[in-house]
Amino acid sequence: MSATRAEICVVACAEAWRGDGEILAAAMGTCSILGARLARLTFEPGLLTTDGGALLTAEAVPFGAPAGAVEGWLPFREHLWLVQNGRRHVMMGASQIDRHGNTNISAIGDWAQPKSQLLGVRGAPGNTICNPTSYWIPKQSTRVFVPKVDVVSGVGHDRAAELGPQAARFHDLRRVVTDLAVFDFGTPDGSMRLVSVHPGVEVEQVQAAGGFDLVVEGDVPETRQPTDEELRLIREVLDPKALRYREVKA
Amino acid sequence: MGARMSIEEIVGSLESGMTIGIGGWGSRRKPMALVRAVYRSALTDLTIVSYGGPDVGLLCAAGKVRRVVAPFVTLDSIALEPHFRAARQRGAVEFTEYDEGMFMFGLLAAAHRLPFLPTRAGLGSDVMRVNPGLRTVRSPYEDQEELVAVPALTMDVALVHMDVADTRGNGRYLGPDPYMDDLFAKAAGRCFVSCERMVEPGELDGPPQTLLVSRMHVTGVVETPGGGHFTDCHSNRGRQGRDEMFQQHYAASAADPEAWAVFADRFLSGDEAAYQETVQQWREEGR
Repeated sequence: MSATRAEICVVACAEAWRGDGEILAAAMGTCSILGARLARLTFEPGLLTTDGGALLTAEAVPFGAPAGAVEGWLPFREHLWLVQNGRRHVMMGASQIDRHGNTNISAIGDWAQPKSQLLGVRGAPGNTICNPTSYWIPKQSTRVFVPKVDVVSGVGHDRAAELGPQAARFHDLRRVVTDLAVFDFGTPDGSMRLVSVHPGVEVEQVQAAGGFDLVVEGDVPETRQPTDEELRLIREVLDPKALRYREVKA
Repeated sequence: MGARMSIEEIVGSLESGMTIGIGGWGSRRKPMALVRAVYRSALTDLTIVSYGGPDVGLLCAAGKVRRVVAPFVTLDSIALEPHFRAARQRGAVEFTEYDEGMFMFGLLAAAHRLPFLPTRAGLGSDVMRVNPGLRTVRSPYEDQEELVAVPALTMDVALVHMDVADTRGNGRYLGPDPYMDDLFAKAAGRCFVSCERMVEPGELDGPPQTLLVSRMHVTGVVETPGGGHFTDCHSNRGRQGRDEMFQQHYAASAADPEAWAVFADRFLSGDEAAYQETVQQWREEGR
């Protein structure tokens, strides 16, 4: 079976939770929610996932489906306490991200009177300083990958370094998955590094869609293909209505 | 003990310049009937403390708000709240922007008469830059850790909406999430509860852990059937959850001044009974 770009992205998102064990996989965005549930159904069965609301589902459920059997309760108040507790790896969205992994979901322009008011910082400050955080960016461009974000909602490596080792000891940016590529921060100063490009994407194309110098080391491999079983789970079980294509075109 | 009051009596007891907390979360179980009454009132210069949704949007649209204290303002199924955006982009409202967890710690502090509570949330982020009054606190123990000292989010009044309440003001929530409404009730000098359905004392059936708000924290209670509309309210009569079609109509209207004038004239120029009747007509006309 040959996979679509959206399906490559779902699997690349799922990979972010590999090795996490028995923690909450929290996700925002269609491909990252599908990725969390796919990881749970395949290589990371210990993960906990929600119905998108206050319920921890006994099994990974299809996108948008009712919770079915439940194994736990996670209303917003408990979710916020879990952020402090730390047994959680979240994959958030970002309207802007810079080379150190600072992200903005608050406002574009001057904060005092923004050109464009967005959501507000939401839980990004707490998420990034308390537990592992990854990002899912469905449309990588120079508008999103910027030299400097306008408002630091999610804390990046330079900001964490300024706080010192004690305050930053739970800060842990894992990966950035976009519609073009996968990145991590595995450089000495925590700059974003290209890990793989999705099949059919050139490294130059990724660089052209980045507003800062991406670290590229040697030959960059391709993002792995989904297995036949992963494709079956995505297409027939988790997302039969194909909502993934609203986020990333086939 | 909560006295039975009318919507008009509750809003009539509020004053301009007050700090008003509003329960619910985003576009979920918001005390919209009370918010609509504040919208119609002569109140101004309000500070609104809220996990923000259309409550914040409506009050910004009416020019009631001096300051918003919130970690976000969203309609959930529609990410961005048009009236709040417009107010921010015009520079028409001041904003105290907190992380979601910080905000909860502020409510917890106020609910327990503490001046602040410490948390890591906020460290290193621009929350510290855009709120220059925020301070940190150092652990007195060996770790010496520096944490954000979130000040108590004390408020004059809280408005919350329950699925069921009794005539004494005890409130029960249905559905899976209590949000923070009990904390709002405890963090405010006075709390007013609206409810979809009112029962006599002793008739609040259901698991005791869903009895969220106690009459000891409630000043007044009012029955407002459909009072959570159009937000996600578990017991919205005849419909589960949010009225998505109406919310879309609200958001589309809010994004355009002329369309908003039509919307406001049609839905918000009369009292709550007129609102409910007009929404019903809108539904029957197939919009």
